[in-house]
Amino acid sequence: MGAYVVRRLLQAIPTVFGVALLTFLLFNAFGPDPVRTALGNHATAEAIANLRHQWGLDQSLPLQFVDFLRQIVTFDYGRSYVTGDDLGTQLKSGALVSLSVTVPPFVFGAIVNVSIALFITRHRDGIVDRAARALFIGAMSVSALVYVLALQYLLAFKLDWFPINGYESGWAAVKYLALPWLIQLLLLMGPDIRLYRTLFLADIDADWVRTARSKGAGEGRVLFRHVLPNAWIPIITQNVTTIPFLILGSFLMERFFSIPGIGNLTIDALSRGDLPVLKAVTVLGALALVLFNLVNDLLYAVADPRVRLS
Amino acid sequence: MSSVPAASHAKPRSAAMEALAALWRRPHVRACMLVVLAYLLVAVAGYAHLLPDHEAAVGDAQQPPSWHLATLLGTDILGRSVLWRVLAGAQTAVTIGLVTTTLAVPFGTALGLAAGYFGGWVDAIINWVYSVVVSVPDILLITAISYALGKGLTSMCVAIAATSWVSIMRLVRGEVLRHKGSDYVLAARSLGAGSRRIMFSEILPNVIHVAIVTSSLVLLAAVKGEVILTYLGLGVQDGASWGLLIAGASQDLTNEIWAPLLGTVTAMFLLIYSLSAIGDALRDVLDPRLA
Repeated sequence: MGAYVVRRLLQAIPTVFGVALLTFLLFNAFGPDPVRTALGNHATAEAIANLRHQWGLDQSLPLQFVDFLRQIVTFDYGRSYVTGDDLGTQLKSGALVSLSVTVPPFVFGAIVNVSIALFITRHRDGIVDRAARALFIGAMSVSALVYVLALQYLLAFKLDWFPINGYESGWAAVKYLALPWLIQLLLLMGPDIRLYRTLFLADIDADWVRTARSKGAGEGRVLFRHVLPNAWIPIITQNVTTIPFLILGSFLMERFFSIPGIGNLTIDALSRGDLPVLKAVTVLGALALVLFNLVNDLLYAVADPRVRLS
Repeated sequence: MSSVPAASHAKPRSAAMEALAALWRRPHVRACMLVVLAYLLVAVAGYAHLLPDHEAAVGDAQQPPSWHLATLLGTDILGRSVLWRVLAGAQTAVTIGLVTTTLAVPFGTALGLAAGYFGGWVDAIINWVYSVVVSVPDILLITAISYALGKGLTSMCVAIAATSWVSIMRLVRGEVLRHKGSDYVLAARSLGAGSRRIMFSEILPNVIHVAIVTSSLVLLAAVKGEVILTYLGLGVQDGASWGLLIAGASQDLTNEIWAPLLGTVTAMFLLIYSLSAIGDALRDVLDPRLA
């Protein structure tokens, strides 16, 4: 198992290098000059040269790339061009806010959606199943943006149950986060329940399930003791790969409800040409994805010894 | 060969025609195909300058809906016809869907074919690029590309295509690997066929269904993605887009004006629903294993 972990870690190195290269090329080589963005069109040549030197952009591209690699390895991403804040603290607080937006609906949604999918599978091809399928196909054809808009209008503007938007730190945040949580929960239902239902149905006629039935197991026992345990691996896999996206937060929710998480930070940085923020978020997002894919593979290897050897 | 009488029946139809015919036989899918055709016609009409100008004022600001074609959905805050703007948004959506799909599908298919067929270092390099692209969360890759190329329609097409070729490449590569050792490929090779012939004339027709099925998902994701990205400020900056319309409609809502939102949502729903229904049916017809 140790050898397997080491091998998978080594395999991740070229990928991370590639991500760094891609990020650097897009932002530093092809992107517009951030110095021009910051100073406008009427800046003097001297001011431009000064700022370029201050931001280290007067070095050659290969040298800048080496410096970027050093930042990635040491987790020291420097300071924001715009606010001058240390990126480490800025990203950490942003990530915490993003997590507070995404984690509750993620956890609660997983429990609710697995239960509903089990219920639908129990009554498969009945009226509940068919109605649910038609409802989900229809509901998933409406843009997420529309749900956000309509629910904000109805629950916050009309009924005044929630504040319209905003954010406060600490426990007071719950007041502002409740509506985004509810919306995300609803948005997750269609795709998740459909996926879980497919996973459950894949095993419903498997040999071991048929054996259980022939031994007299009821439909409830079949589902909970024979179908569900086998579906756990894909369900967990699906959810583990979602974790990096929880850290990134929901760009739509944060933008719409003015919540200061990673999503809002990134979009603000984009409009201001704040390269250090954009590069750090991109690389850290990719690192999180690589890391959790690795965790996923390890979970698989634990569950299935054949994976370790191939 | 000359002694064999000419076949009396028509030339066998291609797999693509067969699939289209099979789709057409389902009434529900046929209705969806007609809806998509209508959207295509709107887009063509838009490019042929046959649609009324969506930037011109047709009446007072925020006029309620009335039985007049231009003001069927009322007017916006600048007195422009909401219906014309919804149609212009349809043109943008269709454009983004088609451009993205035509960029991503051939690119992904070609790379998947090359990686699967040649193996070795070609496969290693393509897989490296694949692993790099899938490692960057889509929204961040799109942000980076829209920074590099500047915001707007073109960069959004490139950005969405850059995030969507990967799934096609992986699926096609897998299928090619399955087919590479088949008897028919061996037969072609023993008859002296070269790599190019085997790849394009022998293997490609047998794996293309995977690319076609996935392309319907790419198209759908592009149409849905455009609305969100434009709303986030990463997409279309000026002109007409359903994302901009919805953003504007949210202002109208506070004044109890519903028509622009309902019009835009209906237009979006019809296209997205039809595309996903056709995509599902296409998967049933072309690839029973995936259904």
